[in-house]
Amino acid sequence: MMQVAARAKSDEPLLKVDNLVVEYGLGNKIVHAVSGVSLDVARGETLGLVGESGCGKSTLGRAVLQLRRATSGRVLFDGEDLTAMQGEPLRKMRRRVQLIFQDPIASLNPRRRIGDIVAEPLIIAGIKDAEKRTQLVHEVLSAVGLDPDLVVGRLPHEFSGGQCQRISIARSLVLNPEFIVCDEPVSALDVSIRAQILNLLEEMKARFGLTLLFIAHDLAVVKAVSDRVAVMYLGRLCEVGPSEQLFAKPAHPYTALLLEAIPVPDPDVRPAGSVATGEPPSPIAPPSGCRFRTRCPRADQRCAAQMPELREVAPGQLAACHHPLT
Amino acid sequence: MSAPLLSIEDVAVELPTPRGNLRAVDHVDLALEAGRTLGIVGESGCGKTMLSRAILQLLPKKAKLTGRVMFDGQDLVRLDAESLRRLRGRDLAVVFQDPMTSLNPVLTIGTQLMETIQEHLELDAPAARKRSIELLAAVGIPAPEQRLAQYPHQCSGGMRQRIAIAIALSCEPKLLIADEPTTALDVTIQAQILDLLAREQRRRHMAMILITHDLGVVAGRADEVAVMYAGRVVERAPTPALFKRMHMPYTEALLAAIPKLETAPHTPLPAISGRPPDPTRPLQGCSFAPRCRYAAGRCHQAKPELTGAEMPGHLYACFHPIQMAEGLDA
Repeated sequence: MMQVAARAKSDEPLLKVDNLVVEYGLGNKIVHAVSGVSLDVARGETLGLVGESGCGKSTLGRAVLQLRRATSGRVLFDGEDLTAMQGEPLRKMRRRVQLIFQDPIASLNPRRRIGDIVAEPLIIAGIKDAEKRTQLVHEVLSAVGLDPDLVVGRLPHEFSGGQCQRISIARSLVLNPEFIVCDEPVSALDVSIRAQILNLLEEMKARFGLTLLFIAHDLAVVKAVSDRVAVMYLGRLCEVGPSEQLFAKPAHPYTALLLEAIPVPDPDVRPAGSVATGEPPSPIAPPSGCRFRTRCPRADQRCAAQMPELREVAPGQLAACHHPLT
Repeated sequence: MSAPLLSIEDVAVELPTPRGNLRAVDHVDLALEAGRTLGIVGESGCGKTMLSRAILQLLPKKAKLTGRVMFDGQDLVRLDAESLRRLRGRDLAVVFQDPMTSLNPVLTIGTQLMETIQEHLELDAPAARKRSIELLAAVGIPAPEQRLAQYPHQCSGGMRQRIAIAIALSCEPKLLIADEPTTALDVTIQAQILDLLAREQRRRHMAMILITHDLGVVAGRADEVAVMYAGRVVERAPTPALFKRMHMPYTEALLAAIPKLETAPHTPLPAISGRPPDPTRPLQGCSFAPRCRYAAGRCHQAKPELTGAEMPGHLYACFHPIQMAEGLDA
């Protein structure tokens, strides 16, 4: 165990998700939310995770943090298997991993003052010195661009959505974590505020040496901050690759479909028109073989019979498709 | 040119709040002809939804509305409640942002569709049912007959928005107001719903107001765009003219702040600093001035009026317009 930890410090990925499966019951049915996902996140890297609602991306993010326990598979963080941890060791580990939620207003307790909200993780982590806590809270609030003296005594409803998201980010940073799961952190925000928060996340990443798993449904937002991008569909990964490469030459038809569906702010680019047909099937009864085949223009019998495995289509780019575009 | 179907003249909406009067819509003039699409773009709180509510006469009870809303030859502001009721849902239809809350969760889809049809058109139940099935098929709902007996919660978000559109289209409206119709939906479903709206609009020669915060959504879909900020229209132009040469710094900033697919990862985004002004504390000068990088002395003292640019139909409200043609610099 000691040896593993020592080796992990070097160039091992900080996070390694290995064949993760998350299923949960719904009445007498089973929802296949995540079905055998494997991915790595290197130290200091931002991995973007995109997909439509219901594709399992949030469940995957939560299962990484052990907020939802996996049905099977492993989550290795810095060489240690989080899925095997419980109680005190897991709580200690949680100081190093944090989460930022989508809805910045709903994720702050409306009855507590900002100073207390941001100090809460410190109390849970057992930092008893109140002066030390105040000092850390002030530091982190300044770091996210808020004036601590004006902010600590106020309640969440006194702030706009963008400011609330700054407060959420401050709360997630106060324990000086190594890894943060950002679950749709800007999708509830206006365009102008969205840019401010994305810039802030990038600044904080550099300043605190963070590694990020950035979950979003907006491909352009994901590209703006990610080194690599993973595309998820109905519980499985379709494609993983370096951001630039994936967007320039998508190999999986689903990635291509997502790219075509983005509205372009240019009237000369006519909307492609019905590129996206149909809706994702239910994760209660996913299609056999390739799960995307029911919406895929390239699907044939093989896609129904055989599940495609992720394989390399270009250096660093993997796609799970029998008929890749490149 | 024929008289416009809808003409909004000097419309202002004030809402009383504990902190003073909130000027939600600040003297807006707009016009829309049959068969055309007007995009209204702006951030949350810029007044775009309140403006649409003013057209529909669905403002909060305490709101104070001034100005005229001429629709098909009559002033909706002065119309009595009964005539308005007959108009809404028939000639004047609306699709809201959230398809979950705009449909009644305890009534079947069939009941909700047929209710509207029978209210406004003189059809008996079997004819209304037949029409409902046709409408659901037209908006791309598979197995429409079975859907009639289902409840909204049994449909996905995209399906629910299709149903809301079917209800809106059921009486062949002359004007459809779509208020952020795709904001709650995924990007692939968004493309489908926007295509559907465009197709039905062409087929019915209907006028449409498309309200959105996303300039990308209006770029390919609207004939004309009005950009709103702090309750006012700050720039208005035919869509191609606007994107070719925008004069209002706010429009430029709004477009620049959208992450682009062409941009390399980790490029800092040109964010608009600060946030919109408090609508209960109107500024003396241009309301965008505190966030504007071109703002100078005069911008903080006087409000720029909407004035015409060199292109016909292009209006902007700015003392220091950008991208002006040579020699026309204000």
